[in-house]
Amino acid sequence: MTTWIFAEERDGTLNPGSLELATKARSFGSVSAFLIGTGEQASITALGEHGVTTVYCLDTGDALPSAAAAASLAELVSADDAGIVLFGPGNTDRDVAGRLATRLGRPVVSNALDVAVDGAITVRSEILGGTISITTELTAPAPAIVVTRPKAFAASGMGGGEPELVPVAVPDTGRSGSAMITERHVEATEGPALESAPVVVSGGRGLGSADKFAMLDELAGLLGAAVGGTRAVVDAGWVPYSYQVGQTGKTVKPSVYIACGISGAMQHVVGMKGSSTIIAINKDPDAPIFSIADLGVVGDVHTVVPQLIEALKARG
Amino acid sequence: MNIAVCVKQIPDPATPYTLDDENHWVIRPDDQVLDDTDRYGVEIGLQLAEASQGTVTLFSMSPSGSLQGIRQALAMGADKAVIVDDPALKGSDALTTAGILAAAMQRDGFDLVISGTESTDGYSGVMPQMMSEILDVPCLSFARRVEAGNGSVTIERQTSTGYEVVTAPLPALLSVTAGVVEPRYPTFKGIMQSKSKPIETLTASDLGITPDAGQRIAAVEPVPAREAGEIVEDEGEAFEKIIAMLEQVKVI
Repeated sequence: MTTWIFAEERDGTLNPGSLELATKARSFGSVSAFLIGTGEQASITALGEHGVTTVYCLDTGDALPSAAAAASLAELVSADDAGIVLFGPGNTDRDVAGRLATRLGRPVVSNALDVAVDGAITVRSEILGGTISITTELTAPAPAIVVTRPKAFAASGMGGGEPELVPVAVPDTGRSGSAMITERHVEATEGPALESAPVVVSGGRGLGSADKFAMLDELAGLLGAAVGGTRAVVDAGWVPYSYQVGQTGKTVKPSVYIACGISGAMQHVVGMKGSSTIIAINKDPDAPIFSIADLGVVGDVHTVVPQLIEALKARG
Repeated sequence: MNIAVCVKQIPDPATPYTLDDENHWVIRPDDQVLDDTDRYGVEIGLQLAEASQGTVTLFSMSPSGSLQGIRQALAMGADKAVIVDDPALKGSDALTTAGILAAAMQRDGFDLVISGTESTDGYSGVMPQMMSEILDVPCLSFARRVEAGNGSVTIERQTSTGYEVVTAPLPALLSVTAGVVEPRYPTFKGIMQSKSKPIETLTASDLGITPDAGQRIAAVEPVPAREAGEIVEDEGEAFEKIIAMLEQVKVI
């Protein structure tokens, strides 16, 4: 059984999540990758190093790639008798997975935290803010189409050699494929990336207003931390979407997560409950965040955070 | 512009849902509410319809019970609603749902379909893309800004590193992120008018669809909860506890 993984280059760089998928996929047998992008040498080599033996590369130029990718992938996985097609949680992953499933008439299992092949293919996921674990068995014919959660698997190289590179011709998808990308923008962020930072300082509604994030920026600077936020503060426009931690945002697993003025809504907790140590500051003693915090401070963030900043500065 | 907006009624997120013992499906209370994230799609739909003397039709697959969530969206200003309500659709997966909604939209015709990126209760996150494939339209996904006119639609599409500007001719489908616009609150007049707005109810067989899940939930078990640690009341020195913990885990 071949397992297929979805990979994407953005600005010529391979999405790191594809290497996590490759690492998991090789435990099932041989792995082929379907890569959207120009097929840079570094991407191909990295996929090979993680166990991929064949890379099919589709470059749709300025066309939004999902319709063409799904059409090509549907043909390739059908011809290859693929057992599983694994996607990451990215936006393009989801665009292609949804269209592929429709073309093949197969269900999609989303939010996968693990996949097992033991006769049947089963997928584990969690609901209700990660309090209930669900195991779903795929009863439809192969391939199983699975969309994983961020960081469901850890990437590790296996010293695999250079994979075979197969360019894929862009199929004509007519009206479905008529969306064009006219501009690309990278939004620069300062400091460490939220997903990989060792410490995350996050803010919620309890901060009261957008300008209070300056305080969190200062605290983060002193700790070498990244700054995150809840969906509520992103929806309110206090910080950009790239800050969002939770179900519909990023999943973080830092050594320390400092939740400032965050109540701990389920959809937020899903994105940070894997943190090694959780420190929460909230004035509401009944806030759900305290039930998962290693240290909970019932107090005003506007008092405690400035004190913390001064104390850290005093240490030099 | 003839605009179709997908909306979903969900159990109130403030009161966690439960699963039935036999099939492990979500037990849906009678008093479901409008998925909060759908308000953004409704708002975008209303703005585009207002600019083009168009109409907004809500499409929803919703089991029986009150339609208060649908009424909420009608009270915001949508013109009418089409509901697919069929016991055979209980426990439907995303592909079945996409097939049902797309069939209802094809029956009625549309220029633009608008949906959220994922529901708050099911969050499979692939339904809009499935509808696009069935409807054979471009899928302008994860829009954080939308403009439409002159037979085309242009969005800013959220990416992992920033955003890209994507444009496509109509008909097309948009999935919009929360925060794309500020949703309006229903006015008193809107609430009164919503009570007399047309809601058409269809079954799966009206649309010629037979549901088939292709998956089953094999096991449900609780996840061991993370244990709460120390809770301290701040009396001016709680920050020292934080410093001590940061030292303990060697962050400072």
